[in-house]
Formats: sequence, C-alpha cells, structure tokens
Amino acid sequence: MALEWILLIVGIAVVGLLVLVGLLRSGRGDKVDTPTVQPTQAPGTDLLEPPESVTEPEPSAPTLERPEGRESRLVRLRQRLSGSQGALGRGLLALLSRDRLDSDTWEDIEDTLLTADIGVAPTQELVDRLRSRLRVEGGEAPDPRTVLREELLTLLNPEADRRLAVSGADGQPGIVLVVGVNGAGKTTTVGKIARILVAEDRTVLLGAADTFRAAAVEQLATWGDRVGVEVVRGPEGTDPASVAFDAVKQGIDAGVDTVLVDTAGRLQNKAGLMDELGKVKRVIEKQAPVTEVLLVLDATTGQNGMVQARVFSEVVDVTGIVLTKLDGSAKGGIVVAVQRQLGVPVKLVGVGEGPDDLAPFDPEAFVDALLGG
Amino acid sequence: MFATLSDRLADTFKNLRGKGRLSEADIDATAREIRIALLEADVALPVVKQFVGAVKERARGEEVSGALNPAQQVIKIVNEELVAILGGETRRLRYAKSGPTVIMLAGLQGAGKTTLAAKLALWLKEQDKQPLLVAADLQRPNAVNQLQVNGERVGVKVFAPEPGNGVGDPVKVARDAIEEAKRTLHDVVIVDTAGRLGVDAEMMQQAADIRDAVNPDEVLFVVDAMIGQDAVTTAQAFLDGVGYDGVVLTKLDGDARGGAALSIASITGRPVMFASAGEKMTDFDLFHPDRMASRILDMGDMLTLIEQAEKTFDAEQAMKAADKLAGRGGEFTLTDFLEQMQQVRKLGSLSKIMGMLPGMAQFRDQLENFDEREIDRIEAIICSMTPAERANPKLIDGSRRARIAKGSGRQVSDVNTLVDRFFEARKMMEQMARGGGMPGMPGMPGMPGQGKRAKAKQAPKKGKSKRVSGNPAKAAAQKRSQEQQESQRPANPFGAPMDPADLEKAAKEFQLPEDFSKFLK
Repeated sequence: MALEWILLIVGIAVVGLLVLVGLLRSGRGDKVDTPTVQPTQAPGTDLLEPPESVTEPEPSAPTLERPEGRESRLVRLRQRLSGSQGALGRGLLALLSRDRLDSDTWEDIEDTLLTADIGVAPTQELVDRLRSRLRVEGGEAPDPRTVLREELLTLLNPEADRRLAVSGADGQPGIVLVVGVNGAGKTTTVGKIARILVAEDRTVLLGAADTFRAAAVEQLATWGDRVGVEVVRGPEGTDPASVAFDAVKQGIDAGVDTVLVDTAGRLQNKAGLMDELGKVKRVIEKQAPVTEVLLVLDATTGQNGMVQARVFSEVVDVTGIVLTKLDGSAKGGIVVAVQRQLGVPVKLVGVGEGPDDLAPFDPEAFVDALLGG
Repeated sequence: MFATLSDRLADTFKNLRGKGRLSEADIDATAREIRIALLEADVALPVVKQFVGAVKERARGEEVSGALNPAQQVIKIVNEELVAILGGETRRLRYAKSGPTVIMLAGLQGAGKTTLAAKLALWLKEQDKQPLLVAADLQRPNAVNQLQVNGERVGVKVFAPEPGNGVGDPVKVARDAIEEAKRTLHDVVIVDTAGRLGVDAEMMQQAADIRDAVNPDEVLFVVDAMIGQDAVTTAQAFLDGVGYDGVVLTKLDGDARGGAALSIASITGRPVMFASAGEKMTDFDLFHPDRMASRILDMGDMLTLIEQAEKTFDAEQAMKAADKLAGRGGEFTLTDFLEQMQQVRKLGSLSKIMGMLPGMAQFRDQLENFDEREIDRIEAIICSMTPAERANPKLIDGSRRARIAKGSGRQVSDVNTLVDRFFEARKMMEQMARGGGMPGMPGMPGMPGQGKRAKAKQAPKKGKSKRVSGNPAKAAAQKRSQEQQESQRPANPFGAPMDPADLEKAAKEFQLPEDFSKFLK
C-alpha cells in the first residue's frame, strides 16, 4: 500500500504544481496582487510613532528606563561579553595585526567569524570588504582594529531604530507581542521586560497566551507576582487568541500603559501553529494596534535562526529581536545575518538568569565588547 | 535560500562531464561546496574541516574519478561518512543490575529537558518499567510545576518535595529521590535538572554534585537541534563538567538541519541515543543516523515526507482519491483535488514539501519564488464553483466562468487555466497510477501485497473505460470484480505496514517522472 502513498503524494504534488505554475504564469501578465511582506527598515516607526512621552530626553536612548542604570547595565553586558566573546575579537585582532596577510590568515579570519555563527554569506561579505579596504588603503590604512570595528558595525546597522514601542497612540496601551520557538526564553523575557517597565513607573498588564505548555501560565504569574503586575490568564488548552483578546481588553479598560502578551513557543515550520499566531495578532488588533512584535532568539541558535526570523516576520511582522542567553559561550552571530537580510534590529539582549539581566542592545557596545574594548 | 549539497555539487560537476578524470582542482572545488553545505547545516567548524579532509582523501583515492556520475559518487561518500560518525556506536539504555536505574538529564536552558523527562518516562513505561520523575530543577520559575503537570499527563509519579523557584537544594532532592524510589519500588529514576550554561562554573559544580549524589547509570545531554557553532563548546563543557554517556536531540520536528548531532558525536564520541520530534508526549524515539545524515545534507527525504503524510492525512480520504486516480470508484474531480490540496497543506508549506521530493533541485528557484497564497487563490476559485461544476468541470461555459471569476475575485483567464491544467494533470496522474506504475520508477522492491496490486491494476485495463458499462450484465461483473479487489485488499491499508527496509529502498530508487519537467518551464 505504500506504493499508493508515493503515487498519491507525487500525484498531488504534480497537480499542485501544474495548476499553480499555470496560474503563476498567467498571473504574471496581469499583475497579480501579491502583498508580500516587506521587511521593515525602521520597525519602530511602522505602526505608530511612539508618542512624545515615550521618547527619552536623549534621542539615542531606548524608550525604557531600567531598574538599574543604563551605564551599569552596559558595563555588565560588556563584562559578560568579554568573558565569552572577547576571544573572537582578540583572535581576529591578533590575526589582523600580523605583518603580512596571506591567504591562510584570511581563511583564519573567515573561520573565526564562521565559528561565531555569523553564517557563510555575511562572513564572506565581511572578509571581502576587509580585504579590499586593507588592500586599497595599503600602508596608510587605519589600524585593523578600527577597520574591523567599522565593518562589523556596518553589518549591524547602528542607525536602526532600537527603541521599544511600548506606548500606543491616542491613549491606548502599547501592546507588545512576544513570539519565538520553544525554549528560546519568551516567558522569561516577558517577565524581565515587565520589570523594566514597572521600574519606569508604567502600569503593565501581562497576557499569558501560552496556553499550551504545562505550567507556562504559572511561570509568568510568578514573574508578575514579583513586581506586582496582574496576569490575565485562561485555562490551559484554551484558544490563545481569546486570552490575548481578554488581556488587551482588560488593559484598555484599566487604562494601563503597556500590555505584554506572552505566546506559546512554536517551531516555524508548523503551519497550523503559525496560523494560530497570526490569529492571535489579528484578534488583538481588533481592539488596538500591536505596537511591537518581539522575536526571541536564543544566542545558541545556528543558521536556523535566519529561517525563524523570516517565517515569523512573514506571519506577524516582527519589529525587533531579543537575543537571549548571550552570557553563555554562544556568540549570537546569527543576528548579524538576520539584520542584514530582514532589516529587523536586535533591541534587547538577555545576559543572565537574574531578573534584571536584560539590557538594551547597543551595537557599538556590542562590537566593542566583541573586540575586547 | 539554501541550496542543497546535491545542487551545489551538481553545479560544480556540470562542466566536468566528458572529462576522463577529476583533477585536484575539481576535488578542491567539491570540498569547498561540501564545506559550505555543512556549515550551513550548523556543523561546527573543526568538525567540518576534519570531515572534509576525510572525504577529500577518499575522493582522491578511489571510486570518484572513474565514475560516470562523480557528483553522485561524492554524495555517496559524504553520506557514508556521515552515517559512520553519527551511527558508529549505537547502544541502548544501560539498566542497573540492582536497585533503581538512575537517568540524569543535563543541558542548556530551553533545550527541552523537562518536556523530555516526561517523554522518556512515557517511553520507559511502555517498555514495562516503573519510572519515577524527579523535579531537581529548582531554578526556573514553575519548572517543578511543569514537570508535575507533564508527569500527570503521562501517568508517571513525580517526586517533588521542594516547591522550586529558587528554594531548596537540588542535590538533596536527587538523593532523597533514590531512597523514595527504593521505598516505592520504582525501577527507573529520571532526574530533571535545571538548565545551565557551559561557562557557569557554579552551576556546573552543582550538576556534578547531583551526579555524585545519585550516581546515575546514564547521564543524558539534552541539546536542541537548532544549536549552532556553540554546540561543540557547550558539549565539551558539559562533558568536562558533568560527563555524559549519551545525547538526546530535541526539536527535530523543526526545520533546522541539525548539524549539531554530527558535531557532538564527532567531538565527544558520545552517541546520539534519542530524538524527540514533536509536542506530543509520544513524539519520542530512538535516533536514526541515516535519516539524520540525509537531513544534514538536505537531501530530499521521502521517508520523512511519507511519515508526515501518514500522520496528518485522513487515510480514508486519501485512499479514495488514490483509487479514483487508479480508475476505480469514479473520476477524480475538483472536489477530490480540493480535499487533497487541503490535506497537503496540513503538511506545511508547499514549497517545502516539494523540496522534500528528490530530484526537485532543478526547480528550486521556482519553488523559492513561489507564493503560497497562490493556493488560497486556487481554493477560492474551486470554492466558487457549484458542486456540479466541481464534479464535472466540462460543464463550465462562458457565463459560468464569468460567475466563478467574479465569485473568487480572479480573472476569467485564471479560471480557464485552472480547469485546463486540471484536465492535463488528471490525465497524467491517471497514466501514472494505472499505466504500470510510475515512469522512471524502477521496479518497486518486493512489497507485501504485490500480487494483489497487480491484479487490481489489470482490472481497469480490461474494462478500457472508467465508466460503468451500459450492459447490465457487464456492469454487474465489473462491480463484482471490483468488490473482489476490495475484499482482497487488507481491511486497513495501514494495518500491515511494509518492512521499513523495503520502504527505504523504494524511496531511494524513487524518481520523478521525466516528463514532469516539461510542465515547469
């Protein structure tokens, strides 16, 4: 009977393709409207401008105040990074400071970047740029460290808007939807963001739309209790969209500043689950626009992170990335590729298990930390 | 986005046809492609280097240069090497000779330890063991709670004396658990520990303390299939810090290529023992090295496709459609097509499914530019037809066409194309289904029920026509013969699954029909 199956699958595939390709071909003539999802270049500005009240006195600063000062956070971030990642920068610098850069050296540089999960294509791009710059500028080139820093920064696009849109327009609450694959650290991230917002004297409501995983709601509730934030929950197994809807509704009624919606982890290749996620967002938007969609990426993730970012962007239009578990030995280089291809900036980084170990992503500090400075 | 290794190699070898032998440069170019393919599959760099070196050595030495199709040969070598590393040492769980067997789980945060603990417990329970789950993750908020809920789901007792959330001593919990297991006569103890980073010395020490306290028979390192280059560092850190005997790969149901499996197996020499692929508690099984090899190389994976299809398809509906295609039980109509299309969609995106079929590499570009919403549009067109039109699309004349186009918001020409293509495709499928199997599918190896299939195939040929004969006597005879076929077939088509080895062989030999490509211009 397996023959039947193979036949059938192929048959279907054939029909599918024939018909589709036919349509496609005919469609190309009369310009079928294909609303493809455009990667947003400046995601902070797509849905709404964060109103005046959110914008910080200093324009480059993210819209968040932290329980802990910005400086100390960055210092800690730098420390963490220098422990785990400094090796990359130092190794590269050692390589680049050699007198002659032969092909072996270039290969070593390439390898070092590859080991950081930066990915084959961005690595190639970076190495090529370094190469031509050093060749063109010859002896007068600024020291390799500066060149490398600049090139890494270019890849990270420091101009991208990395503010979190946590306020809505017209007095509506800002709605932050947190999405990601299983085990990336969504619930923890939601808890940490809630702490930051509370420390900033904003009123927050959490929506526990992870109705699938056992005890996920309780996990979020524990975070909420610690800072005295209410959690809107539904019984396990209910439609997450309804929980999200209720959360936003309550948030609007209570006039809170921000509603954070935690969702269940889902692998991006599960069409059904991705549809569910799309529904969550659509349903929320019946009441108020979602101001921020954060994709949580685990720093240990390899090249699959790119696929994750792309698929999640297609479904819910991701506006920012939270890179978690950066305090480990993983380098999180995949975000370079993600930002390069999709233009979605990293907005926050998780650098530890402590409740305040969430820092705004600062590309310069990130690169400086990479380079051990 | 990602070209498969086969594509890359095919490209490299394109210009080599007719050459007597491969030059050193050719082999280097090949090696580079393999290197990129492995790196994109997240295989760690040191492993890639070592691996490519080995492949190069073999390629230089033997088979390849003289072979008719060097690309295939190289892929074969790569595949063999992969399987050798991944499956070099397969082994089963060691059970303790006396007293409870202790299995300890360790890994990074979010690797899936807690979920896996419950899956493993269920799996053991099915092997007639009496597992006890131990909640020694006292770090993450409500990890204990999660394990309790999961334990309840699989019907396994959970030993959780501490509430967790940072309270309690996991070492003591683990130690007490052994006593508890002895007292309550559980013969396997599964210790779920907190997630920890390889660089966190304090937490690693704690893991080592737990290990020393319970003296586990098996320590399993749980790792996420999506992990990147860091796999090596982490795996080594855990090996040094805790030490483990086997690896469990989780989240294999994602589309990560899982190069980590190769990295870890090759660096640490510890075998991957289990694979967990899905959110259901039963989605847990022993690890298949050969499938993993195909996956890392991103070769078309018919087996996975068939497996997925079996899981998600409505068997009855699918059989009905297959029968119709084979000329039994009426014509294959647009309704059937719609049903099938909806079922296929459940498997995931069409471009991905097509990508899983071997030999699709040449259409990769088209597949990538393919807009999934095209399917929605087709669905809209079909749904705008009346049932009668769906059953017999020949009915559709000018005014019907205009109505359908209006109803589905498409152009009249789209409706036209759909109907035309449908007829074309149906003809082709019927040929494939009836005309002695698939063109380009060399003799399907001995399958159970082969004889019966042959008979079933003959019957419609005899009739020459799919329609029921006008002669009542003949019609009755036809019906009888049909019923006969029906009764000859096993009652449940999936009741007697074929031997996996045969299936694998069949899948390997399977190729798309040659005239397929002409529809894809």
